[in-house]
Amino acid sequence: MARYGMAIDTRKCVGCMDCVVACKTENGVPEGLNRDWIAYESAGKFPTIHMEIRSERCNHCDNPPCVACCPTGASHVDDLGHIVLVTHNACIGCKACLASCPYDARFVHPDGYADKCTFCAHRVGEGLDPACVMVCPTRCFTFGDLDDPQSAITRVLESRRGHALLTDAGTGPRIFYLD
Amino acid sequence: MTPELFITRHNELVDPFVQVWSWQIPVYLFLGGLVAGMMIITGFSLVKGRYGERSCICSALPGVGLVMLSLGMLALFLDLEHKWYVWRLYTTFQPSSPMSWGAWILVLVYPVLIASWLVRPPALLEDLSQTVERASAWLQARPQAVRAMGAASLGLGVALGIYTGILLSSLGARPLWSSGILGPLFLASGLSAAAAFTHMVARNEHERIEMARLDNVALTAELGILALLMLGLFSGSAPQMAAAGLFMGGAYTAPFWVFVVALGIVMPLIIQNLAVAHRIAHTPLAPLMVMTGSLALRFVFVQAGQMSHWAHGVLGVIRH
Ligand code: SF4
Ligand code: SF4
Repeated sequence: MARYGMAIDTRKCVGCMDCVVACKTENGVPEGLNRDWIAYESAGKFPTIHMEIRSERCNHCDNPPCVACCPTGASHVDDLGHIVLVTHNACIGCKACLASCPYDARFVHPDGYADKCTFCAHRVGEGLDPACVMVCPTRCFTFGDLDDPQSAITRVLESRRGHALLTDAGTGPRIFYLD
Repeated sequence: MTPELFITRHNELVDPFVQVWSWQIPVYLFLGGLVAGMMIITGFSLVKGRYGERSCICSALPGVGLVMLSLGMLALFLDLEHKWYVWRLYTTFQPSSPMSWGAWILVLVYPVLIASWLVRPPALLEDLSQTVERASAWLQARPQAVRAMGAASLGLGVALGIYTGILLSSLGARPLWSSGILGPLFLASGLSAAAAFTHMVARNEHERIEMARLDNVALTAELGILALLMLGLFSGSAPQMAAAGLFMGGAYTAPFWVFVVALGIVMPLIIQNLAVAHRIAHTPLAPLMVMTGSLALRFVFVQAGQMSHWAHGVLGVIRH
C-alpha cells in the first residue's frame, strides 16, 4: 500500500491562494470554512529577518491522534495510501478529533460531521494529483508515495533540506516544507 | 467577490485557538465524576454490608446518581453536532479511544446503579411498588451477590472517574492535557464532590462525619495531584511550560487559583478539618464550596486546555 505525502517548496510559494480556491471548488467546501489555507511565518529582527509562506492542510499523520481518539471509527486511515479520512455517516460530531489535531486542520461541516482535507482521495484513486497540486502556478507541490524510493517526492526529499510542522507533538506529519 | 478569497486561515473555529467545546463538556465531565464518586461510596457501603440499616446513604445515592448521569449524558448529547448518529457509538468498540471506552462503561454503569438502588430502595418507592419490594427482598437475602455488586460499583466508579480525565489527556494536541495524571486528578475531584454531596444529605451522623473525613482525604489528594501536574508541566517542553503559564499570570490564573484552589479545595479543607475536630459545626457551606470547585476545575481545564497549543512557547515563531 502506498503512503502518500506532500513536499511543498517554500521558495516557490508566493501565497497566491490558488490552492485554497481550487480545494474549495473541487470539494464544495462551504463558505467560511477551508480545508487548506496559507500561513505566513516570520522570525528574527529587521534587517535579519526570515519569512516563510506555506500552504497548510491536514498532514495525514503517520500517528494520527484524530483517528486514535475517534469513538466511532469515523476517522480512519484508508487503504488507498494511508490517507486520513472521515466517514460522514459514522461521525457523531463529538469534536474530539478537532481538539486532538495539533494543526487545527479540522472543522465541523454545516451538515454536522467533522471535515478536513482528503488529499483529494477521489482524484488520487483515479491516478490524478490533488486539486491544489494540479492548480499551483509556481509548481511548488510534489505529491506522491513516500514509501516508493523512485517516486518524485522521495527524490526531492533526499535532495533538499526541509521541515515538517510541530514534530514535537509526535504525530508524524507527512507534509514537508522544503527550505 | 466573496470575502472567501481573502481568507488565509482554515476556519473560524480555530482562530486564534480551538474552541470546540463550551459548557456541555465540562458539565458532562463534572456530573460523570460526581456519579463515579457516588458509585465508589455506594460500593463501599454495599461491600461492608451497611445496606441493612434503613438510614444508609446507599439507599439514596444510586437513585441520585441515575438522575445526575442522565443529565450528564443529556449535556453530552446537546454538544454533538451530528446528533442522530449517536447510535454509531454502539456499533463498534475503538480500543484507542477513551470516548469509546466511556460509552461502553456507561452501558455497565446504568444496570449496576439500578441494581444497587434496588438493594435498599427508598421507603416511598417500596410502598409504591410491590415489584421493587420483592426485588429488594430477593437481593437482601443474597449478601454474596450484594457484595459482588458493591465491588462492581466500586470498580466501575473508579473506571468512570478516571475516564473523565483520560478523555482529555488522550487528545495529543493540547499540551495542558498531555498528562495521564488528569485521570487521577478528575477521579479525586469527583470523589471529593460525591463525598461533599453525601455529607450534605446523609441522615446518619456517623456517615456525615465519615464523609467529611473522606472528603478531606480526597481534597488533599487533589491538591497533591495538582501540584504534581504543575511540576510536570513546568519541567516539560516549551509548549507545556507555556500551558502551565496559563495558570501563572496567563488567562486562567484568577479562575484557577480563586475558584478551583482557594475556594474549591483549601478553604473547605480548613473548614471541614475544624468540623471533624468538633471545633465548629458541620454546615452545608464547605460541601457546596467543594462541589462548585469541582465544577470549576472541569471548566478551567476544558477551556484552558483548548487554548494551549504545541506552537506556543516556541521561541522565534510568530503565527499570523
Ligand atoms: S493533521 Fe490533524 S487531522 Fe490531519 S491526520 Fe494529523 S492530527 Fe489528524
Ligand atoms: S467528530 Fe466525528 S470523526 Fe471526529 S472524533 Fe467525533 S465521531 Fe470521530
